Amino acid sequence: MCLAVPGELLEIVSGDASCEGRVEFGGIIKRVRLDFVPEAQPGDFVIVHAGFAISRMDAREAQRTLQLFAQLEAAAGPDLEQP
Amino acid sequence: MSEKKNAARLICPAPLPVRDRVVLGHGSGGKLSADLFASIFLPALRNPALAKLNDQAIITAAGARLAFTTDTFVVKPLLFPGGDIGSLAVHGTINDLAVGGACPLCLSAAFVIEEGLPLDLLRQLVNSLAAAAQAAGTAVVTGDTKVVERGSCDRLFINTSGIGVVADGVDLSCEYARPGDRILLNGFIGDHGIAVLGEREGLEFESAIQSDSAALHTLTAVLLAAASHQQTDATVPGPIRCMRDPTRGGLASALNEIAAAAGVGAQLEEAAIPVREAVRGACELLGLDPLYVANEGKLIAIVAPEAAAAVLQAMQSHPLARDARDIGCITAEHPGVVTLRTTLGTRRMVEMLSGDQLPRIC
Amino acid sequence: MKFVDEYRSRRVAQALAREIASTSTRRWVLMEICGGQTHTILRYGLDELLGASVELVHGPGCPVCVTPAAAVDQAIELALNPTVILASYGDMLRVPGSRSNLLQARAEGADVRVIYSPLEAVKLSRAHPDRQVVFFAIGFETTAPVNAMAVVEAQRQELTNFSLLVSQSLVPPAMRSLLRSPENRVQGLLAPGHVCTVMGCREYAAMASECDLPVVVAGFEPADLLQAVLLLVRQLESGTARLENQYARSVRPDGNPAARRLMDEVFEPCDQHWRGLGEIPASGLRLRAAFAAFDAAQRFSLPPRHAEEASLCLSAQILQGRKLPTDCPWFAARCSPENPLGAPMVSTEGACAAYYRYRRGDAMSETP
Repeated sequence: MCLAVPGELLEIVSGDASCEGRVEFGGIIKRVRLDFVPEAQPGDFVIVHAGFAISRMDAREAQRTLQLFAQLEAAAGPDLEQP
Repeated sequence: MSEKKNAARLICPAPLPVRDRVVLGHGSGGKLSADLFASIFLPALRNPALAKLNDQAIITAAGARLAFTTDTFVVKPLLFPGGDIGSLAVHGTINDLAVGGACPLCLSAAFVIEEGLPLDLLRQLVNSLAAAAQAAGTAVVTGDTKVVERGSCDRLFINTSGIGVVADGVDLSCEYARPGDRILLNGFIGDHGIAVLGEREGLEFESAIQSDSAALHTLTAVLLAAASHQQTDATVPGPIRCMRDPTRGGLASALNEIAAAAGVGAQLEEAAIPVREAVRGACELLGLDPLYVANEGKLIAIVAPEAAAAVLQAMQSHPLARDARDIGCITAEHPGVVTLRTTLGTRRMVEMLSGDQLPRIC
Repeated sequence: MKFVDEYRSRRVAQALAREIASTSTRRWVLMEICGGQTHTILRYGLDELLGASVELVHGPGCPVCVTPAAAVDQAIELALNPTVILASYGDMLRVPGSRSNLLQARAEGADVRVIYSPLEAVKLSRAHPDRQVVFFAIGFETTAPVNAMAVVEAQRQELTNFSLLVSQSLVPPAMRSLLRSPENRVQGLLAPGHVCTVMGCREYAAMASECDLPVVVAGFEPADLLQAVLLLVRQLESGTARLENQYARSVRPDGNPAARRLMDEVFEPCDQHWRGLGEIPASGLRLRAAFAAFDAAQRFSLPPRHAEEASLCLSAQILQGRKLPTDCPWFAARCSPENPLGAPMVSTEGACAAYYRYRRGDAMSETP
């Protein structure tokens, strides 16, 4: 379930009663509702499901995960297949 | 028998839906389309040219080999980034001729217009169609116009038919594909489908994606010329076995059709298939697979392995194929089935789509 | 794409798969519940990468698979009403009801519109004041706040021609029911990352201690799933049964409070029938009394949903991870995406459809 995709919040655009953002997903930009992520600021990444941001990406946690991956990759040694 | 009994005790509903009507999926270019064609059209219209299931029919008459094709354009919206229904109607039919190895000669154009369509819009679209035909060195030599009541058709439908001439020594058919042949693609997939989707109500997104709608006959001429240089003898098939333009149903459907017609398998390299970042972004967001998204300026060529490098290089010199790639090969394994080696190095099937690909939230 | 591509690295996937292989001393049985995760596993061949280290089974994680046929029947009935425009997520169009599906209904003249966001359904209401717009509100906890927002918007805009046909499901009650079953083989659980993004992890932590099995909240990219598998295997090898959060870049322990508040304002728990699993108490959501005006079932005086009959689909066993789609005698024979016997074959994420699309037995049995 739950197809949700990370995108970069470029700009907050206030509607009459709602809060929308222009969010970029690898080159395409879509209007997304920000009601559930009031703390999101331009430059943040948000995770979007059915036209709504459901969370703000924690960049530090993302980095931590990627660092863990890098360590594992290094530990696995040079004999991993080339990409 | 006992299996059936066991299964019947389980709680899960859903008998087969009854298929007594045409559904939208029948027009999607996937399995349902193929089924409809095989169950209704082919048996009724049966003849050798039609049975080949190529994008065009090659007929011999008065000593010449003529290619003949027809296509109806129902695209919505009528205007989209990179084109409109008018230019699309010309490009689509020219491409069906071109991938059969034919040089386009002339076109017909029939318009079914919904009552109420603004005249300015009609003028704009007809001018666009005319300009596309002229740019391609062909002309619309005959046509027809009908107007139907409001609600009877969606603003405008255009049918174009085309005749082309196939030169001596050119003989292409998807049944010629054989194990070892390379699969060449002239560039980025998914542009047209996403450009059109981006314009539709509801799925609006700002994007720089333009439809790739283009006439490919000068590109196919380059391929055929490169192939004939590579040809060491006059046997059939030549180094280019067949070409196909992957329109509705995308790259995946076109390759599945070739695999089925030739009784061979195909294996693709995911890493080699070019997809623009913005197209990928849109597909990720909507849960669509770019392999199934429509193209209108793309072709696949199945080429003998010894000629593939030269043909690819020749392609890359053409403006519509700067990003051409070798994306995989024809194989003797798993006849009729297309597989893909993923970016992780694992393998999966690339199925024929059953109906339209629908955006999903799950 | 940032925050996507990095998790699809081939070398990382291989490094993780290797680490899993060298850590596990036996073939552990792990369940992922979310259809989106099933899709990733099969689309990237993660089970091929994992080989003998781990047996992955697929749980009832696709709301499309588990939405009762009776709900689909109601949607079809409403859609065939000439005053109604039925708005639905694309996922539901091919799901079989008792006799038909929404695509067939459209062919018979029903006005069925595919939408990406429920706010489009609200827009349709405004644009067609002479028609009744019914939004088929399905989904798990990830989608509930979004569906709830549609109701709130409709209320704010004072729309009298908008209503919801609700068939929402909650994951934990179904998982508990499954894990407590005497035939349960599952030893570790990959929890659904986007459900937890909304709901937080507490219920899954409780499940881990109640059912004494390790639970890891997992994301949806190949590296996420592989890392989550590694974390589960490490726990299983050391005999622990705790909750871990692999998807911390999106999931916080308390989830998304704003989303949960809205869900709570608009919906309340109710009993729900799960296709293939039966009736599970307090496992669904319905509109609260304050929003009864937006309940399509009330507005159109729909009779209560009838109980389902048995049929040929083996999905009950598949959804509980007791069988794989390829074990089913009907798989790819009588049952295929064009003629689905049961929901798992229909949903692009349903286990059977994923297997059918990406595997289909013979073609994939040889190693490249």
